[in-house]
Amino acid sequence: MKLESRCPTGPIESRWDRARFEMKLVNPANKRKYTIIMVGSGLAGGSGAASLGELGYNVKCFCFQDSPRRAHSIAAQGGINAAKNYQNDGDSIYRLFYDTVKGGDFRARESNVYRLAQNSVNIIDQCVAQGVPFAREYGGLLSNRSFGGAQVSRTFYARGQTGQQLLLGCYQQMEAQVAAGTVTMYPRHEMLDLVVIDGKARGIIARNLVTGELERHLADAVVLGTGGYGNVFYLSTNAKGSNATAIWRAYKRGAAFANPCFTQIHPTCIPVSGDYQSKLTLMSESLRNDGRIWVPKAKGDKRPPNQIPEDERDYYLERKYPSFGNLVPRDVASRNAKYVCDEGRGVGETGLGVYLDFSDAINRLGADVVKDRYGNLFDMYQHLTAENPYEVPMRIFPAIHYTMGGLWVDYNLMSTIPGLFVIGEANFSDHGANRLGASALMQGLSDGYFVLPYTVGDYLATSKLEKASTDDPAFAEAEQKTSAIVQRLMSARGRRTVDSFHKQLGKILWDKCGMARNATGLREAIDEVRALREEYWSDVKVVGGADELNQSLEKAGRVADFFELAELMCIDALERNESCGGHFRDEYQTPDGEAQRNDAEFSYAAAWEYQGPSSPAVMHKEPLEFEYVHPSQRSYK
Amino acid sequence: MKLILHIWRQKSPKDKGRMARYDLDGLNPNMSALEMLDVLNEQLTEKGEEPVAFESDCREGICGTCGFMVSGVAHGPMKGTTVCQLMLRNFKDGDELWLEPWRAKAFPVIKDLIVDRTAFDRIIAAGGYITAPTGSPQDANCLPISKDAADRSMDAAACIGCGACVAACPNASAMLFTSAKITHLGLLPQGQPERDRRALSMVAQHNIEGFGGCTNIGECEAVCPKEIKLESIAHLNHDFLAASLRNRANMTPVSRTSKYKRDPLHVEG
Repeated sequence: MKLESRCPTGPIESRWDRARFEMKLVNPANKRKYTIIMVGSGLAGGSGAASLGELGYNVKCFCFQDSPRRAHSIAAQGGINAAKNYQNDGDSIYRLFYDTVKGGDFRARESNVYRLAQNSVNIIDQCVAQGVPFAREYGGLLSNRSFGGAQVSRTFYARGQTGQQLLLGCYQQMEAQVAAGTVTMYPRHEMLDLVVIDGKARGIIARNLVTGELERHLADAVVLGTGGYGNVFYLSTNAKGSNATAIWRAYKRGAAFANPCFTQIHPTCIPVSGDYQSKLTLMSESLRNDGRIWVPKAKGDKRPPNQIPEDERDYYLERKYPSFGNLVPRDVASRNAKYVCDEGRGVGETGLGVYLDFSDAINRLGADVVKDRYGNLFDMYQHLTAENPYEVPMRIFPAIHYTMGGLWVDYNLMSTIPGLFVIGEANFSDHGANRLGASALMQGLSDGYFVLPYTVGDYLATSKLEKASTDDPAFAEAEQKTSAIVQRLMSARGRRTVDSFHKQLGKILWDKCGMARNATGLREAIDEVRALREEYWSDVKVVGGADELNQSLEKAGRVADFFELAELMCIDALERNESCGGHFRDEYQTPDGEAQRNDAEFSYAAAWEYQGPSSPAVMHKEPLEFEYVHPSQRSYK
Repeated sequence: MKLILHIWRQKSPKDKGRMARYDLDGLNPNMSALEMLDVLNEQLTEKGEEPVAFESDCREGICGTCGFMVSGVAHGPMKGTTVCQLMLRNFKDGDELWLEPWRAKAFPVIKDLIVDRTAFDRIIAAGGYITAPTGSPQDANCLPISKDAADRSMDAAACIGCGACVAACPNASAMLFTSAKITHLGLLPQGQPERDRRALSMVAQHNIEGFGGCTNIGECEAVCPKEIKLESIAHLNHDFLAASLRNRANMTPVSRTSKYKRDPLHVEG
């Protein structure tokens, strides 16, 4: 396998322009003769399907939910970044580019990130034209806020529901194409395998989740916009259905998987309250703009927060990072919460929590202003915890939120399998080792609206695609293989439920491949994951039939893939002998406990190639070069 | 805590269905109603019985996937709440609850508590959008929009498409859902060129799908987890009447056999 990033050269400002000009075009009259499969209907998949449909391609869009509008992008709260510089505070495309490369701890490609920053500007225009009701000032112009540690106000938002509004925008645009006949929607369908003919991605095997039928779908190109794999940890802020099956099965067909160990832990989630807990709820990090984070100075101080005097509180982020304070990036905030809890200073019943206190903000601004800014979040918190954050500090704890790793793609967003494109969170490209707040929505829409429509066209115009049909032996083989997995899960007839295994797997990863990792723990985790996987295949219990709606069976297939992915995550984390962004290795830290990168040896993307079930995956390195933003130790002191 | 559940079990669209009783003990008041069903399903699976099929995804009240009747009320007794955020502490120890799927001709049951809501997608496809092809727009700030209009538009745009309004309505009308989109887009300047066409087409599609008419009862507003106002139906009526006068030729509902792939077991109404 050879990794060709196909990044253009020359001045970074003109690379995307040049690349677009050099791309071959498909004759407008021929576009309808091409079929493109889009798997996933979130911000990346939905915007991609809508845009390709508008161009005249024949698009088949698949999602496992009952409607494309359910995709998990809908749950994003805070906002979307764009280098509009509407606030005249010194923002620019170059600054957004710079912040994103630095925030990603120098593990992303400069060319991709620059293009992302360029596209950010068009995204806002596109969304406003669709009727996305962004927040506005009294003068009628768009409102911005600063977010996640940025020094400029470049975040556009629609209350605490930005992801919902952006998703509905592209969902509506896609529905218009459904009505126009260019896009055909397949809800309640799950992709279970990729079909490769003559070395090119030519289709998928999808299971109809209502009838259980395995269907063959042929195409000229396949796009995966299937999101991240945070649910490998069982407890995460992801939706229950979010899974890695599409990208994992594509990996097993030859698509390289890059940087699987780069996972993001979000610092402000509601702490776990019991073992029945099914997911973690995020509280927007915009809360850190006004809330102060603290724990008691003394270990095991069980007094209620309002009885702990000021001088016995440790505002540890303000103490350690005086210039950024409570607004340090997510990885730094999360890790420090872990440290204080490890020291026995955590709060709440479980000791796994820290306070996020608004009493100063309420004194300074008044309860009304605080309510105006965060009212819906406070209500949600009270709803879930039965505690009133206007009176008692919130309790928060980090939780898995986003995965920067994903299928390796070149500058054109094509994987190592020709004709297989990967967009949004499902790919690895733009966030390096840590994603900044309000950048995920930006990337999903940039890929779907403004990159994919060009690059897919270039691929179709320059590839000689032989005529193929669903009778091809490759379809039969893929269907047979999928059916065998389904049968194996159905016939295990063991004693334990899928969820019980999934929880156990998640615990191993959280403990040993979570906020901080070390070689000993990772080696243990690899052994434990392997052993548990063996047990899974012999002792899992799936009730019901394969030829009907069967949610246990759906979960069982996804968890089977999570087992394999979990192992690769640990191997990748073990291989990367440095700390960077969300990947923190205990062995590699500066004297004051910050992540210590090793650029001399690890300035690369690690792309893993599948070698079959009995051989270890092989790692290929794509070296990362930094011509513009020179690697430095991130400092938020 | 202890709860007695009566849950609608229906193996397939053709099955007649029945209520089944489950006694649950050892529940934690901090659980959500869906986590309670998770616990039940783990127990059923261990006994080799089929778990209760119900839908959920984000479990934080925004995706609109979850929803069922709790003792006759869509999403249960708490105002402005989806079942995924309905915590058991709102019930008394020993309470008896009846869980049933949304009941409407346009929402056929697929299994247990799961219904087919693709009719909503077709209503959106009929006109619930602003035509703005990728790449065509001007700079976003070229079009000032008053904060008030943007805020009211956002109030309506908050609809999550869960279907509770239909389930609560004695006429099984989807007017609150349809009107939320008409209001969201109709309050914005970008939404004006297609305003007439949108109202006519969406209402036509709504009727073709088999939803009932609105008789201003207000049950929809009472159960809406996003507290969408009945006022949006007034917007719809206004737009529909005005558009009907101006231009009746523009009604172009999406055919029921459009390229929107239906669930194959869907029973045609």
